[in-house]
Amino acid sequence: MATRTENPWIRRTLIGIALLYLGLFIFLPLVVVFYTGLSKGLAVYFQSFSDPAALSAIRLTVLTALIAVPLNLVFGIAASWAIAKFDFWGKNLLTTLIDLPLSVSPVISGLIFILLFGAQGAFGPWLMDHGIKVIFAPPAIILATIFVTFPMVARELIPVMKAQGNEEEEAALTLGASGFQTFWRITLPNIKWGLLYGVILCNARAMGEFGAVSVVSGHIRGQTNTLPLHIEILYNEYNFTAAFAAASLLALLALVTLFLKSIVEYRYRAELKAAVRTENV
Amino acid sequence: MSIDVKQISKTFGTFKALDNIELKIATGELIALLGPSGSGKTTLLRIIAGLEKADHGEIYFHGKDVRTEETKDRNVGFVFQHYALFRHMTVFENIAFGLKVKPKAIRPSPEKIKAKVHELLKLVQLEWVADRYPSELSGGQRQRIALARALAIEPRVLLLDEPFGSLDAKVRKELRQWLRRFHDDLHITTLFVTHDQEEALEVADRVVVMNKGKIEQAGTPEEVYHNPASVFVLNFLGNVNLFHGRVEETKATKMYVRPHELTVSRNPISANSIKAKISFINPAGSVVKIDAQTSDGQLIQAEIAQEEYKSLKLKRNEEICLTPKNITYSEYDI
Ligand SMILES: Nc1ncnc2c1ncn2[C@@H]1O[C@H](COP(=O)(O)OP(=O)(O)OP(=O)(O)O)[C@@H](O)[C@H]1O
Ligand SMILES: [Mg+2]
Repeated sequence: MATRTENPWIRRTLIGIALLYLGLFIFLPLVVVFYTGLSKGLAVYFQSFSDPAALSAIRLTVLTALIAVPLNLVFGIAASWAIAKFDFWGKNLLTTLIDLPLSVSPVISGLIFILLFGAQGAFGPWLMDHGIKVIFAPPAIILATIFVTFPMVARELIPVMKAQGNEEEEAALTLGASGFQTFWRITLPNIKWGLLYGVILCNARAMGEFGAVSVVSGHIRGQTNTLPLHIEILYNEYNFTAAFAAASLLALLALVTLFLKSIVEYRYRAELKAAVRTENV
Repeated sequence: MSIDVKQISKTFGTFKALDNIELKIATGELIALLGPSGSGKTTLLRIIAGLEKADHGEIYFHGKDVRTEETKDRNVGFVFQHYALFRHMTVFENIAFGLKVKPKAIRPSPEKIKAKVHELLKLVQLEWVADRYPSELSGGQRQRIALARALAIEPRVLLLDEPFGSLDAKVRKELRQWLRRFHDDLHITTLFVTHDQEEALEVADRVVVMNKGKIEQAGTPEEVYHNPASVFVLNFLGNVNLFHGRVEETKATKMYVRPHELTVSRNPISANSIKAKISFINPAGSVVKIDAQTSDGQLIQAEIAQEEYKSLKLKRNEEICLTPKNITYSEYDI
């Protein structure tokens, strides 16, 4: 470790600024959320969740996550497997495409689905003829959520899988294991922490997504509102207590995510490090 | 089980990694695949195991074409260059893996698996590491566990890719002899890769020398050492001195002489003797290594016995005479 030669005051000032910043922009808002939510007492706080619109929003949010996360889990494993372990034409393109949802504005992500499935969209008339409602209905919300969250798992897995290489899988094959056994007994255990880490991030984003979902939802109360949209509506109606009570749920989710993330991150780093180490033997 | 490799070729992009390889391996043979880095040794092993597909050619196991058989059905024991032990399993689980993934109908009972694993651990003399993880083993121990794991499925063929590659000289020597004894006991057809000529010559029944994707020569250690089929083989199997038609005036070709095939004396002992000045002496070792320079600047390496060195009382910068005992003639450069 380098010896400290800088002025201790510089260090203290920098740390002070960082802490002040954190307090102002993260801690304070969190406190405000819970404080406002609880400002009219616990009874009112819990009352706001028994409202049918609130319940429906929670249900839709959970349903969306329940569909989007497992799908992205499967997609993430398949894509990172392909990218990390095979060479094929268009690999760089695929890698870039996976990151696309992170680099475009969520609003654009939502608009893509309107353009595809909306009344004037590419598949709109066909869907209408067959009586299938996508836009302004849960299917579009789920599709938009899948779209914005699909990089989350793959991004975590690609570096782990790249570092681990193919040798253990090949060894399993020579020992008589089938492709399925190899995946289940060798590949999956080797990536489990990275996978869990990705799933946690994916879930947090799926439940908290606002922009893309807002564009395709239509904001039909009790039908197409997710929790973040529900909060916005309550807020626009000056129903601050209920808005912040609902917001506190999302804030709680964020705290739980943060907690799980820091536990898993530790194991994930170890997994990545171990992979790099054995590669260099 | 015998292996028959017929006209195997393999290209990566535009690079020819294997070029028309022909190799017959008899049942129970211990073969060393010797060659410089990048000569295609690993690629050949991987094709035999089915981990890589050849562009051309056929592979027969005991007369049966195995090209359509997948790796998992070929029943080959493969030990990888970097061991490839399963990092999340203990040594016991690593060795048991091949037995546990067998179809239910032919899978041994847990007691049988346990007994088998312990038998194998005993064979590689590492019974006491059963509960450790691969990261807790030394390189030599990992090597032997990788071998035990490959043996658990009772393979018909054993393919070892530089099994002693990353070990220090002493452990290498031990394991090398251990492999020879082990092969004499079990008699599994074995193909092992090395780029250490001493290792190949000492252990193998037959040595296959590869260069640039081709087989230069295949023969017993004695054959390849004493009757090299090409200058490459001659040079690869040990140091060699090159003379340009100066030893015998009548011969216009190039002549190669190994360092230990030179007699060192104070005075010329035949018409072939060459005068040279000693530039370096290394007396540490089983033989004494001498570098000498001729008057026109050519460096010649010689090796003589310790007693001879003592009786001649050689010193640096002294004039000596070097006389070849055995010459290999060739028209090619090394
Ligand atoms: N998957 C691959 N893609 C492209 N080129 C490859 C691939 N595998 C091997 N090669 C090339 O084929 C050649 C032979 O490789 P191979 O691994 O068989 O050599 P080797 O004799 O085992 O060398 P070493 O002693 O260094 O292990 C090398 O030039 C290597 O770069
Ligand atoms: Mg190799």
